[in-house]
Formats: sequence, C-alpha cells, structure tokens
Amino acid sequence: MPLDAKTSNDKKAFKSVGTSPIRPDGIDKVTGRARFGADMSAPGMLVGRILRSPHAHAKIKSIDTSKAEALPGVKAVITSADLPKYKDADEDILINIMARDRALYDGHTVAAVAAIDAAVAKKALKLIKVDYEIMPHVTDVDLAMLPNAPLVHPGRYDGMAENEHLALALQEQGKAKSKRKSTNIVSRYDFGHGDVKKGFKQADVIVEHEFTTEATHQGYIEPHACLANVSSDGSGELWVCTQGHFMVRDVCAALLGMDVSSLRVTPSEIGGGFGGKTTVFIEPVALALSRKAGRPVKVVMSREEVFRATGPTASSSIKVRLGAKKDGRFVAAEAVLKYQGGAFPGSPVEMGAMTAFACYDLANVKIVGYDVVTNRPKQAAYRAPGAPMSAFAVEGCVGELAEKLGMDPIELRKKNAAVEGTKSSYGPTFGPIGLVETLDAAKKHKNYKAKLGKNQGRGVASGFWFNFGGNTCVNINLNVDGTLALAVGTPDIGGSRASMCLMAAEELGIPYDDVRAIVADTSSLGYNDVTDGSRVTFASGLATINAARDCAAKLCKRAAQIWDIPADAVKWENGAAHPAGANAGDFPPLSIKELAGQAHSTGGPIAGHYEVNADGAGPSFATHVVDVEVDPETGATKVLRYLVVQDAGKAVHRAYVEGQFQGGAVQGIGWVLNEEYIYGEDGRLQNAGFLDYRIPVCSDVPMIDTVIVEVPNPGHPYGVRGVGETSIVPPLAAVANAVSAAIGVRATTLPMSPPRILEALKSKSA
Amino acid sequence: MPEQRLLTVKLGGSLVSRAGGRTEFKLEGRNIMEMLRHLGRDCPELEPMLGNAVSVAVDGQIYRDALLHPLNPDNEIILLPRMAGG
Repeated sequence: MPLDAKTSNDKKAFKSVGTSPIRPDGIDKVTGRARFGADMSAPGMLVGRILRSPHAHAKIKSIDTSKAEALPGVKAVITSADLPKYKDADEDILINIMARDRALYDGHTVAAVAAIDAAVAKKALKLIKVDYEIMPHVTDVDLAMLPNAPLVHPGRYDGMAENEHLALALQEQGKAKSKRKSTNIVSRYDFGHGDVKKGFKQADVIVEHEFTTEATHQGYIEPHACLANVSSDGSGELWVCTQGHFMVRDVCAALLGMDVSSLRVTPSEIGGGFGGKTTVFIEPVALALSRKAGRPVKVVMSREEVFRATGPTASSSIKVRLGAKKDGRFVAAEAVLKYQGGAFPGSPVEMGAMTAFACYDLANVKIVGYDVVTNRPKQAAYRAPGAPMSAFAVEGCVGELAEKLGMDPIELRKKNAAVEGTKSSYGPTFGPIGLVETLDAAKKHKNYKAKLGKNQGRGVASGFWFNFGGNTCVNINLNVDGTLALAVGTPDIGGSRASMCLMAAEELGIPYDDVRAIVADTSSLGYNDVTDGSRVTFASGLATINAARDCAAKLCKRAAQIWDIPADAVKWENGAAHPAGANAGDFPPLSIKELAGQAHSTGGPIAGHYEVNADGAGPSFATHVVDVEVDPETGATKVLRYLVVQDAGKAVHRAYVEGQFQGGAVQGIGWVLNEEYIYGEDGRLQNAGFLDYRIPVCSDVPMIDTVIVEVPNPGHPYGVRGVGETSIVPPLAAVANAVSAAIGVRATTLPMSPPRILEALKSKSA
Repeated sequence: MPEQRLLTVKLGGSLVSRAGGRTEFKLEGRNIMEMLRHLGRDCPELEPMLGNAVSVAVDGQIYRDALLHPLNPDNEIILLPRMAGG
C-alpha cells in the first residue's frame, strides 16, 4: 500500500499522528487493575507445577510417578507419554516442552503435576522418581564445534547436506578434518558478493579481530503464566501472557491433537516480551494437565524457571576482517559467525549474518554463519535476533579502522554508508533508507561535541533491522454515540493500542479519546501473526487505516442514503460526511456522532474491517553515540551520555517511539556491561535470578537522549517503519567502542564486566 | 515464436550449501509459487525448504507467505532464509 500523497508532500498534514497523548493502558497498569497472565482464575482451578532436569545432559531411563499420583490432592501427573509423538517441524517444540528419552539441558521439563494447591503440587514433584544416566555435555559454541565434542543429538544430522559443514568449518578454522560424521553444527549460511580476496589485496589498512558474546535473557519482568481449561468435550480455553495468541492456539492445537476451532486463546496484559514470548513453553503442558484432570489448571513460572527453561538469546563467537583504502573507502569485508542456540536448531545466526554489514555499501563482502547446538535451553527471539552480536563485532572493527585512519568515526561510516540503490551485503537492493540522515543528525547533536575527561571515551555505532509485515486483521465497530471500538489481534507490547487509536482517529477525523482499542481473542478476529519483527505499528497500523477507510466509506454511503444522492457524491472530511461536487446538493454535514445515533434506524450497525498479509515494510537504521567513564581502580563503567538517533519513517506516537529507542539502548547497556548466562563445569546455570544476573536499573543509566529521523517508508500510507528492534542493534558496539577508547584496549569479549576490564588494563600495562 | 525470458533467482543463506554451492538459477514462473515449484524441480535438495522456510526478496522488498506475488524477468529475485523478529 503506497505512501499517501499528503504524507510525502506535507509532513504537517497530520492532526493526530505524530502527537503523544496519554496511553490508554496507563491507569490500569499503575493502579494494579490490569490483568496479567497470573491474574486470571477460574472456579475449581488447580495449581500446575513442573519438574525440571537438574542435569545438562542425561538419559532418562525411567520416570516413576506412582507415589505422586497417590498423594491426596494431586489430580493429574503428566510426562512425555501423555503427549503425542511427532516426526515433523513441531517435534522440536514438543521435545522442548517435555523431554522424551533424554534431558537436553539444565531446566528441561521432565514431568508436571496439577494439584489442589501449591504446597501439594510441590510435594508431589518431590515424589516423582526419575532415573537419570548422566551424559557428557557441552555449553560453549566453540567447544561444541570441535571434532571430539559431546554430541547433543547423536546421529540426528547424519546423511544430511549440512553434515558437510563440519569438515568445512574445521578446515576454515585450520583444524584437522574429522572422520566423525555426526556434528553439533546443524546449518551453514552463506551471504555476500564480489571477490573478497581481490578486495583485501587493494586494502591499505586491514583490521581483524575475534569477538565473543554471552547469552543474555530478555529480562521481561512478568514471568510466563497461563490458565488452561479443557472441557470434557475436548474444547478448550487458554488465557495467556504471550506476544502471539493465534500462534499459541495453532501450536498447542497441533501438539495436543486438537482442532484449531476448539481452542480459544485470550491474551492477557503483558509485562514485557522483547521476543521471548513468541513461542510456547508452559501452555501445552497446562492444557495437557487440564485435559487429564478435567479441571482448570494455572501454571506460573518462577524467575528461576524463566532463566533456566525459557529462551535466552544465543551466545556467539565471531571473526571479522575489514579492509579499507587510506581515504577510508571499504574495499573488502569478511565475517565468520558461530552462534549456539541451545539444544535445538534455530539460532539467529542467519539474521546476524544478514545484518552484519548491512549498513555499508561494499563491493566485496563474504559472510558465513554456523548454527550450533549445545546443552542449553532452546534460544528464543530477543529484539532484532542475532543482529546485536554481529554489529558488536563489525562496528568494533569499523571503530578501530577510524582510529587507524585518523578519521572521524561518523564521517568514516558516512563515506561507506548504504543508500537507496545500494546492493545490500545480504542480497537485495535497498529502497529509500535513512542511515545517512541518522549519521548527520548524530554529528550535529550536542552530545557529539561534549568534551571528554580523563578515563572517558566516546563510542559510535550504527545498526540495521529489516522490519516485517505479515498477516493482520482488524475490526472497527462504530458505537451508538459515535465513539469507536477498535479490535486488533496483535498483543500490545510496546504501545501499539495508542498508535492504532491515533491512526483510526487520523483517518476518521475524530478525537483520539473517541477510539478505544482492545486485543481481541482468537475467536473474534481472523488470523494475526505474532507481535514481532517490529511489525505491529506498520502492519496492524496499515490494517487499521484501511478498516477506518472502510468505515468512512460506509458512513458516506449511509449519508448518501439519508440525503438520497449517489454514494460517490459524498466525501468524508474532519469527522463528518459532506456532499461533494457541484451536483451533490446542498446539505449540512452529517457528523460521525449524528450518523452513529441514527445508524440502527437507517440501515443497521456500521463497522469497518480489513485483513491483509502486509508487505512493504521499510528497513530502519540507527546511529548511537555514547560517552563512558571507566574507573581504573575497580573496572566499573559509568555511562555518562547516551544518544539514539533512529529512522522511524513516521513516528505515530512520538513518546512511545522515543521509549522504544531508550528501551533498546538500556537493554543493550545491560548486555554489554553486565549480563551473561554463567554455566558451571557441570553444565548447570549458576545465576538464575536477578540477584546474580544483573539487568540495568534507573540509577545505572543517564537519561537516554533521542532524535527521531523520518525518512518515509514508501510501503505505508503514512511512511511508518518499525521501531522496536533497531534500537538494540548498535548499543553493544557503541558502548564497547567507548570503553575501548577509555581504556586504550580493544574490548572484544562481552560482557565488559569490571573483572574483564581490570584484566584488559593489566594486559595493557604488561 | 520469441524465446521466453526466464527469471533470474539468486540464493542466500543455507540454501547455498543445500544447493551444493550453486547460487543462481534461471527459472520459469509468473509468481512466487510457480517459481518455487520450478526451483524444487530443478534442485530437489532444496525442495524440503521451499514450503515455509524461505523468504523471497523481490526488487528489495522481502515477502513472507506471498505465494501469489507476481514476478517478471526484470525483477531482482533473491531467496533468503525465512526471517523472524522479536
């Protein structure tokens, strides 16, 4: 759907869009009235609890549930024997939610109980006897790729084309060719164009480093929670905290052998997701317990369970080589990315590979990515999955290149920046994009001119994210008083209800407060894809705009009937139907309130509707500038100033857009300075709680400054691009570049915690 | 009768190794669905991935689940892994 003429020609044409009204969900959230996943209850409800593996890798020789089942108050116990067996794409999900013959990571579900209260459920878990045979494990991505590494799935990949990757990977690492056919490498990804060898021969300066990043968790404050209620006729209801209730419905129905139409899923308010709630963990288990017990079952994860058994992002090991001429022009770029995504295929290495060099116009570029399995929990999406790690490595090299060439880091990036018409490093040619605009705005900002003191350093980094569209369906119902009930199918994780209300108000020419949005359940709307990929303001917005236009067309038709003139002789403007054209007649406008008030007596209710598989999403770029101070005595890093400049296409709700920018920056600061999954030699997670896994709090960060750049996306009527993910792509690199400048050593290992910084300072002085 | 012009389809990601290192195909097809069908016939190793495991970039725009999107020989067509976000 193309850009509206008014958007491209007159940026001031908007009345509602581009403002920052009060969020519709705000009062409920601050007063505690909002209902999150754990707030739902039902008569006769049972408490569900899950038994998890204490081993990183173990054969499950037997499970004896008899004593638990005999405990008074226990209404159901399930193991993998209570779930269907699959041999298709759903099998990995099925095994992840309930271990079958082997526990594949510390925290892997092996059984679950439903009991009359939490105390009985806890006691029942202790009565389940699991006979384990401990097996060798591996949790590190580089170690998992070695020829003698313990195998996560022995034999599973034998005979597959990907098997050739082991030999190839080992050759590329300069290691001996293995005779073993099985491997933990499950996929290889290749991107690029040109002749990299030839390009590097032309280079005057080459920078090359190896980088590592640790797995981090999205850190959403609300743990996973759901309430399942399966009837004796096989139909079921599920209330759940999720980023995609249609996905939950379809996956659960498939895993449990239910008809899709017999399962209705209602999303709760959501206390953060950031990608981590785009799959299922406890939901099929709760449904299976409810089906067996014949009563509603609520399952709420503890924080420890969230860390051990949901999906953090991947850890990575990355090698980057970048060559440039003396004038700063890049002539060749090469990267090898190795990401482990836990015990199942699907690490986001392909996204890391595609985004790694996307900011730059490169004649010669080669990227190889390896997806590696280890004995860790199956990774889940985390805001721009895979991109922050590769940006950390690439932008680190760009920063060092600027130092070596004596160039301003923003000017170096601008000299090589991708623009409209650039063939991207991952293949497609870019349309209109706004990277250069973000670089220009960053350079003009006061933060970039601030003077630095002793032990302080400045870092710059740019980042890219694709943004998606997808399946979307929206209803708008006109109420009798002229207000609107807007039903969307995409859970609101970042302010989308406010944005949808603004767009509906914009189209119909009515006040923002006259539109109220809800997230409708799976039986009330057509299918909606998950809230992910920064797609909602773009795709649900596009559907909302069209539903509003559909509603306006019906209002015009109703006015035409009342006036007894042709429908095409009526136009919708400023919240009212007006006669249009010389022969339409002279009628006073009929407002939306007047038409709504007489709708029932002039033809019936009025509603707008639109469904679409939205394409035309516009990629977005960001540039971050950060100043830090490192204490050489303690190794602690203080963030002094932080600037986010990002292309939003068109900011619909400006405060929410700024919030997305700030949130990405803060999560990135945590990732680069503190956060990491720490595994012991026994393969068990050692820091499964916020006391030992430290996310940033307000006192850790300064006010994050923001600049919204608006280069309209030609694929949206208002020019909207997604904004939710790009903001987490540059921070790892921006902070790392700042820390490197402050301590005079290139920081290549995350997190840059105080001990690591002290170690770097020590090696420098040595 | 004039010779029919074919689509030029380039591969990226894991499709390259699946196709034995081949990165480009000349294919018939009026839309994405027909193009993928012809690709699966030309390179059976790719066939299992062409259902819902790929995205298709057409002139810089990435499409998921848009099998009926029209194609013509002048399009820049690149097959990419199916992408997901957070």
